[in-house]
Order: sequence, then C-alpha cells, then structure tokens
Amino acid sequence: MSLDFSVVPDYFGILWTGILWTVLITVLAGGISILVGIAIAVATLYGPRLLAFPLRGVVFLFMGTPLLLQLYLFYYGLSQIGIMLPAFWTGVVGLGLHYAAYNADIFRASLQAVDPGQAEASRSLGFSRSATLRFFVLPQAMLTALPQVGNNSIILLKDTAVLSVLGIAELVLNAQRAISETYRPFEFYFTAAILYYIVNLAMEFLLRKAARKAEAIR
Amino acid sequence: MDIELIRQILPFLAQASVLTIGLTVCSLAIGLVVAVTITIASFSRMRAARWAAAAYVSIMRGTPLLVQLFLVYFGGPQMGLELTPFLAGVVTMGFNIGAYMSEGMKGAVLAVDRGQNEASRSLGFGRFDTMRLFILPQAAPLMIRSLGVNTVILCKSTALVSTIGVVELTYSAQRFVTSTFKPFEVFACAGAAYLIIVAAISLIVHALERAVDHGRKAAL
Repeated sequence: MSLDFSVVPDYFGILWTGILWTVLITVLAGGISILVGIAIAVATLYGPRLLAFPLRGVVFLFMGTPLLLQLYLFYYGLSQIGIMLPAFWTGVVGLGLHYAAYNADIFRASLQAVDPGQAEASRSLGFSRSATLRFFVLPQAMLTALPQVGNNSIILLKDTAVLSVLGIAELVLNAQRAISETYRPFEFYFTAAILYYIVNLAMEFLLRKAARKAEAIR
Repeated sequence: MDIELIRQILPFLAQASVLTIGLTVCSLAIGLVVAVTITIASFSRMRAARWAAAAYVSIMRGTPLLVQLFLVYFGGPQMGLELTPFLAGVVTMGFNIGAYMSEGMKGAVLAVDRGQNEASRSLGFGRFDTMRLFILPQAAPLMIRSLGVNTVILCKSTALVSTIGVVELTYSAQRFVTSTFKPFEVFACAGAAYLIIVAAISLIVHALERAVDHGRKAAL
C-alpha cells in the first residue's frame, strides 16, 4: 500500500471542524486551568490551613497520575455515583483541572516572588488584604507567570487530542472518522499532525508577543 | 467503595504496573540516546546538523504524542513498518521524550564553564571528543533534575499506549471496569499505582542527585 494524499482534500471540511473544536476546547480548558490555578495558588498561600493542606494533596494527585486515567475516572466514575455529565464538559473540565494543578504551582511561585514591599505599601495606604491582593500583588504575579503558564497552555493544546477517547469530536476523532471511510490512516494522521503543528506555531507566536508586552510593562 | 473488589484486582494491577514500568524504562533508554544525539547535533559545526536538530525538536514538541502514536502504529504498515503495539509505543514515546530531554541537556551543556572547552581544544582534542570526554560528563550532573521531571512525564504518558492495545495499567483497569462496572474503585486503584511509580522515580532522582553532589564534593 502506497501513500495517496489525494483523498485528504475531500475531507477538508471535517478536519476544519475538528481543528475549530480543538481550538475551542483549548480556550475553554485553558481558561479553567488559569482561573482555578490562581484560586488554588491564592488559597494555598493565604487561605486557612484547613483548606490549604487538602488542596496541596489534590494538586499532588492531579500531577502524579496520567490525564487519560483522570478523564476515565471523571467520565465513568461520576456516572457511577449518579452524576451524568456530557462527555464534552467532562473532557473540558478534566483537562482544565489537570493543568490547573500545574498552573497553581507556577502562580504560587510568582505570588511569592512579588516584592513584599508592594503589599506593605498597599496595606499602609489603607487597602484591605483582599484589595491588596487583587489590585497590586496578583497583577504583578500574573506578568511573571505568563511565559510558563503560556507554555502549559501549549502543552494543553496538544493534550486535547486525548479527549478523542471520550468520543469528543475534535481533530483526532474527526481524522479517525475520515480514516474509517478511506482506510488511509497515515495520510490523515499526518495531516492532523501538520494542523496541530500550525496551531501550535500560531499559539507560540501569540504567546511570545504577549510575553514581550508583559516584559515591557514590568 | 467496594473493598473486596479492590483486594481482588490489586494483584492484577500490580502485574500491569510492571508493564507500565517496562514501557517507561524502554522508552527512557531510547529517549536518552535520541536526546544525546540531538544535543551533540545542536552543538555541531555543520549548519545542516544544527538545523535538523532544531526542526526535529520543534516538530516532536509541536504535535500531540497521541497523533504520533497513531501515525506510527496505524499508519506505519502503509510504509512497510509493522510494529507490535508495545514496540510502536516504546519507539514513539522514546523519540518524543528525547526531544524534550534534549532541551534540558542543551541547557546543562551551556552551563559548563567555557574554559573547559577551550582547554580541551587547545590540548588538541577534536570537537566531538571534547564534547564526549569533557563537556557531557561535566554536564551530566546538571541535567539529572530535568531528566527526572521528563521521566515522570514519560511514565504518565505511557497511559496513552492503552489506546493501541498495550495492556498496561490504564488498559487493564479499563478491562476491570467493563467486567465489574465499578469505575471509581478500579481507576482510583490504578491512579494509586501510578502515584507509587512516580514517587519511586522521584526518590531515585533525588538519590542520584545526592550521590552526584557527594561525588563532586569528594573530587574537589
């Protein structure tokens, strides 16, 4: 069997739909990973010990086990206790939480790296603890965290492929649909790889630009 | 929670863990060879070698491991490359993690004092011999941590080869789920097994770091 890429253009539509879903999942899961990551970092640093300790345990669990296994646990395990989530949201939230654990570590380090003088100045100007965090410490920490969180988001983009096992029709699953009609796995997986690579390059470009801007603000 | 079930499946999951460890170790071995090759190529005098190394790393890191795995396992036969699931998994993961590991290695090589390179070169050693005999051995202790982090990532990504039919931890857990309908217990047990393996890798990496540190202090 030789290679024949001439069948690929016929399936351009389905691949394009796949890449759009991949991007959408990346944005949604990426958003969750950043918001939850910040929440975990703030809670473990400034929250009550009763909250911080178990949270660290959860982060450890998320970082020490494979994403695929976590997705299976959410998808099949939750239905066992009667919670039926659609596959799409299980995948998006699972992926988001997985990377929230990684982002939390970065945000925690960035929060600690903010000069304590900033918080002291804000507090002595009469800002409350939460206002100090919101207006002065957090924004500065976000700038420091940006390059690494961006890196995680790029890794997250590639891990959206894993969601295909839950039957979510992103790029890989749509490529598989095309393969089941044409029996040309190499051609379609290769095309999918190229599409991922293009999205990846675009994301790297945007993040580099954002990082430069953040550097300029600092 | 079905404790009895957990007690029953534990020996089987332990067996599957051995395969997960095997996948990790074999991929790691391939990955290290790939990473060293890329590192040497990226410090080569030939522009083509440097360019090829950079392109390789960029492509490997720019596409999902799952797609690479499917491309090799399902697409391979079209190119006359028929591999068993285990072999396809180990080769793909090895070549993939090698690209990531080469980044840490490059950093470590750059961290070695430039004088070492200059001294070796002025003593008449070739560029390759300088790298092999003086730079890489000195860079090795500096790369242990990043190699350890990548090994943990590698170990977790072995779960992906369950999708091409290797009966490692994740796939064997899936099988138990279909026969017992207790996904929570089974997947939680598999997760615990991964945690134990990952913790063991971390311990080994720490021990290696300490041993190397000790050796360096003793030498001075």
